[in-house]
Amino acid sequence: MREQLQNIKASAQAEINEIANAEQLETFRVKYLGKKGVLTDVLKGMGKLSAEERPVIGQLANEIRNFLEESVSKMQTEIKAKELEDKIKSEKIDITMPGEQFVSGGRHPLTLVLDKLKDIFIGMGFSIVEGPEIELDYYNFEALNLPPDHPARDTQDTFYITENVLLRTQTSPVQIRTMEQQKPPIRIIAPGRVFRSDNVDATHSPVFHQIEGLVVDKGVTMADLKGTLDTFCKKLYGEGIQSRFRPHHFPFTEPSAEMDISCPACHGKGCRVCKGEGWVEILGAGMVHPKVLKTCNIDPEVYSGFAFGIGLERVAMRQFDIDDMRLFYENDLRFLKQF
Amino acid sequence: MKVQLSWIKDFVDIDVTPKQFAEDITMSGTMVESVEQQGEDIINVVVGKILKIEKHPDADKLVVCQVDVGEEVVQIVTGAQNVFEGAVIPVAKDNSILPVGKIKKGKLRGVESCGMLCSEEELGIATKPAEGIMILDDSYAIGTDIREALNLNECIAEFEITSNRPDCLSVIGLAREVAATYNKPLKLSVPEVKECGCNINDFVKVSVLDKDLCLRYTARGVKNVKIAPSPDWLKTRLENAGVRSINNIVDITNYVMLEYGQPMHAFDMRFLSGNEIVVRRAKDGEKITTLDEIDRNLDSNMLVIADGEKAVAVAGVMGGLNSEIKDDTAEILFESANFLGSSVRKTAKKLGLRTESSARFEKGLDPHNTLNAINRACELITLLGAGEVIAGVIDVYDKLSENNIIKFRPEKINEFLGTDISKQEMVRIFDTLEIKVDGDNLIIPTFRADIEGEADVAEEVARIYGYNNIPSTLIKGEAIVGEKNDKQKTLDKVMDVFTSMGFYEAITLSFNSPKIYEKLNIEPQNYVKISNPLGEDQSIMRTTVIGSMLDTVAVNYNYRNEEAYLYEIGTKYLKVEGSDLADEKQEIVAAMYGKNVNYYTAKGVLDKLFEQFGISYYEIERETENNIFHPGQTAKILLKRKHCATVGRVHPKVLGNFGINIPVYMVVIDFDAIMENKKTAKTYKQLPKFPAVTRDIAIIVDEEVTVREIEDIIRRTKTNIIESWKLFDVYRSEQIGAGKKSIAYSIVFRSIDKTLTDDDVNPVMDNILNQLSEKFGAELRKM
Repeated sequence: MREQLQNIKASAQAEINEIANAEQLETFRVKYLGKKGVLTDVLKGMGKLSAEERPVIGQLANEIRNFLEESVSKMQTEIKAKELEDKIKSEKIDITMPGEQFVSGGRHPLTLVLDKLKDIFIGMGFSIVEGPEIELDYYNFEALNLPPDHPARDTQDTFYITENVLLRTQTSPVQIRTMEQQKPPIRIIAPGRVFRSDNVDATHSPVFHQIEGLVVDKGVTMADLKGTLDTFCKKLYGEGIQSRFRPHHFPFTEPSAEMDISCPACHGKGCRVCKGEGWVEILGAGMVHPKVLKTCNIDPEVYSGFAFGIGLERVAMRQFDIDDMRLFYENDLRFLKQF
Repeated sequence: MKVQLSWIKDFVDIDVTPKQFAEDITMSGTMVESVEQQGEDIINVVVGKILKIEKHPDADKLVVCQVDVGEEVVQIVTGAQNVFEGAVIPVAKDNSILPVGKIKKGKLRGVESCGMLCSEEELGIATKPAEGIMILDDSYAIGTDIREALNLNECIAEFEITSNRPDCLSVIGLAREVAATYNKPLKLSVPEVKECGCNINDFVKVSVLDKDLCLRYTARGVKNVKIAPSPDWLKTRLENAGVRSINNIVDITNYVMLEYGQPMHAFDMRFLSGNEIVVRRAKDGEKITTLDEIDRNLDSNMLVIADGEKAVAVAGVMGGLNSEIKDDTAEILFESANFLGSSVRKTAKKLGLRTESSARFEKGLDPHNTLNAINRACELITLLGAGEVIAGVIDVYDKLSENNIIKFRPEKINEFLGTDISKQEMVRIFDTLEIKVDGDNLIIPTFRADIEGEADVAEEVARIYGYNNIPSTLIKGEAIVGEKNDKQKTLDKVMDVFTSMGFYEAITLSFNSPKIYEKLNIEPQNYVKISNPLGEDQSIMRTTVIGSMLDTVAVNYNYRNEEAYLYEIGTKYLKVEGSDLADEKQEIVAAMYGKNVNYYTAKGVLDKLFEQFGISYYEIERETENNIFHPGQTAKILLKRKHCATVGRVHPKVLGNFGINIPVYMVVIDFDAIMENKKTAKTYKQLPKFPAVTRDIAIIVDEEVTVREIEDIIRRTKTNIIESWKLFDVYRSEQIGAGKKSIAYSIVFRSIDKTLTDDDVNPVMDNILNQLSEKFGAELRKM
């Protein structure tokens, strides 16, 4: 019997190394360990053994059973690992195939740039106000120190509705409307649509957008104007940007200035974008004209302020390197999807 | 204004490079648009002489010239018609550069040509189209560099003069700015006039009838006039300023205008009938032919210079052809006058005739300037030997403008600018600008009418001190919090929702054609009309954004974009009776087309938007009145019984009008409705603690019964255990019968305080089914 058991062990040892999959393993398990398996079969003859032999053989049988069970369990783990490995191998895919398309939309590039400007100014304590696009001559011109027959009126080709009503040529009328309704301190920006009777081409449109700014308080200085707009430019174009203020003329500010920044394309070296100047104009600004303050019942002896105006399209064209303004209003999705 | 720098240097000594000059003068307030060094792009071009001309053997229109260019004789082929043997001409030699490009030797129809004979245009100096090769006079030495020969060595600066500085539309005005910028003296001398014996009053009488429009009229006479071309230096100065040289007299008037900024005119005295000048308003219907040989109709708002009979000039705008200087002119009258700016501006505008003269007058000139200017003209007459100046000046005026006086408060200027500039420095700056400091007062020169108050004075200090020397500081005073208001935040959110749904934002212009209503298949609305539009197509302010959106859709359709999801939050302009201004309202318009797009796509957009603003319920009606839309596939959406949105398919006829051949669906929403109905406050609802019971029902109803009607019954059923419901199937078949449909719902029941049993749910289900059967004759379909 001992011999029988030793034979079982030997043949099991030989067989188990041949097992390649779970099925064979199960056959093996049933053959050796099953209720009708060879081990049980042999052990049926235990009754015929003597009392001395029985515990010895019993122990041997247990050892062999343990050996068989361990072998099966070990083999099971190995086969599982192998099967998983095979499965993973078989699941290999072309990871360069296109991903699934999720929908996403987007804001218009002009809106994106405006959002950026709004954020910068809100961070500096400015609020956003609006005004009508169809405007009275009074607000668009007269209250801004542009009386009838003022030569500067000619430079702004105005669309008229009636003699006294027009499409605003600038966002500056919002300055007047704000000062009429609100006492200092005032710190606002007024983005919006403006109109000039220019035919459409790459750099002109009869409708475009400006962002007006106005600050009025006691003791506001031209140095404050410079500081505020310097900060704005650094936030928009980065700390490395240089700016300069050039004297200019606007009827509703005195002193007036235009602000240039070092050309973002060539960093001031001179290129096609800045026409070799190294500078590009970015906005117009100035100290609010005392006459304008007076018109709004704000005493220029007590209060002072500054105002500025930024052309949105120009900033956006520069930002995205767009050379034709018409693209903004055509709304071709192939264009809109780029931002 | 364009000026050669050497002219400015007559009045101020400067020694800087053109680039530096441009930079400095720009930064002190006079924008230098460009500085051009003449001759920079003319290299290896010389004076040559044609020795011999022969026919080209193979080309009828070409000739072969032997040209002496100094060191050698070269062969050049030309097609020009005006060349002749002995002609002195500019020659671009082999390897030369012209503004039009590089010239190299080559063969023309087989004959070697070692350069090119040049026209004025090719040299870049033409004032009119060239009619062949430029023919020079024989005085030039053969072989001389053409730049030297033609004086092409000037540096020309172009200035942009703002409308408040008419004084800078002159060489002297610019020189004054240059002097102030570089802190140099301005060398200005009073013109000296050499007069002959006679008296001007014996020649002509001047009367100014309309002194409101003519503030000053100064006149002088010249006799024994010898009309001749101007000397080269004068011609060059004019031409470099963009003014064509005519003859010595006309050139003098233009020269003085450029130098002093005072427009002038010269009349041939023999054509002044009655030997008089009358400055008066024109008569309505009066006519004049101006120097440009165009007949002009005048009216009584226009000022003219007349003689005893007729108008001889449009005051401040242009002279008349009838008193023009001619080759045999012997006696002239110089006019140096001051006309009211607004009057000249209106006249020029009405006549469509803007001239160098009117451009200056309309900005308001200094009446004190007329005398110096006319004396300068007379000085030049003597200098050029162009005639003898008649003694005496006719000078008609009532009262000339006085100096503005402004309080000088240095501390206030510093306070305003945020600077710490010393009083001495300010005084120095004023001095260079000819502003006199008289104790506490500043006396402003009359040519600076733009300086009216302290802020103007501060600007003068700031710009000469240097804007970039002013410090940059941050605004002091109380801290202000900046933020978006409710409307701005709501707009932002609308955009976010559209972005999340895959829509792209469009921005369109505000104009429409009046024909838009026809195109949209609707009755014209009451619109705001532009009185001076760019064209009929852009002549009204849009009363809806739908047209603009369909244009946008058409653009994308025509570009073959397969699908489009677009929206615009645009302004529409509604005319308000009795008000000058319009009611400007925001309209949200979304449009979509593509493979999987249908009515329910559009409705889903509306639902999502409303959901995001907490609008959970709206009324919906079939829209059949709005002809922009398909009557069978369009809904009218109401909130609190107010029509606030339309969802539907655009009428194929309308799409056809826009050239679109595929179905397009739209959502149109009043932005105000969102503002009025949105619920933004959110509170947490406890998560369910007890399980839900779901019951599916399918009912068969008539085709006419809408889903909304069925859902209204579920919604209004009195119970607190219906949590939600969902339509999951609509089914039609022969078995169900024609004109009928099966509608299937999944209804979810849940209680907040217990697990529901059939005893709880069944009565509610029965109630719903009973109502459906009573109202619509609905039968339960076996599932």
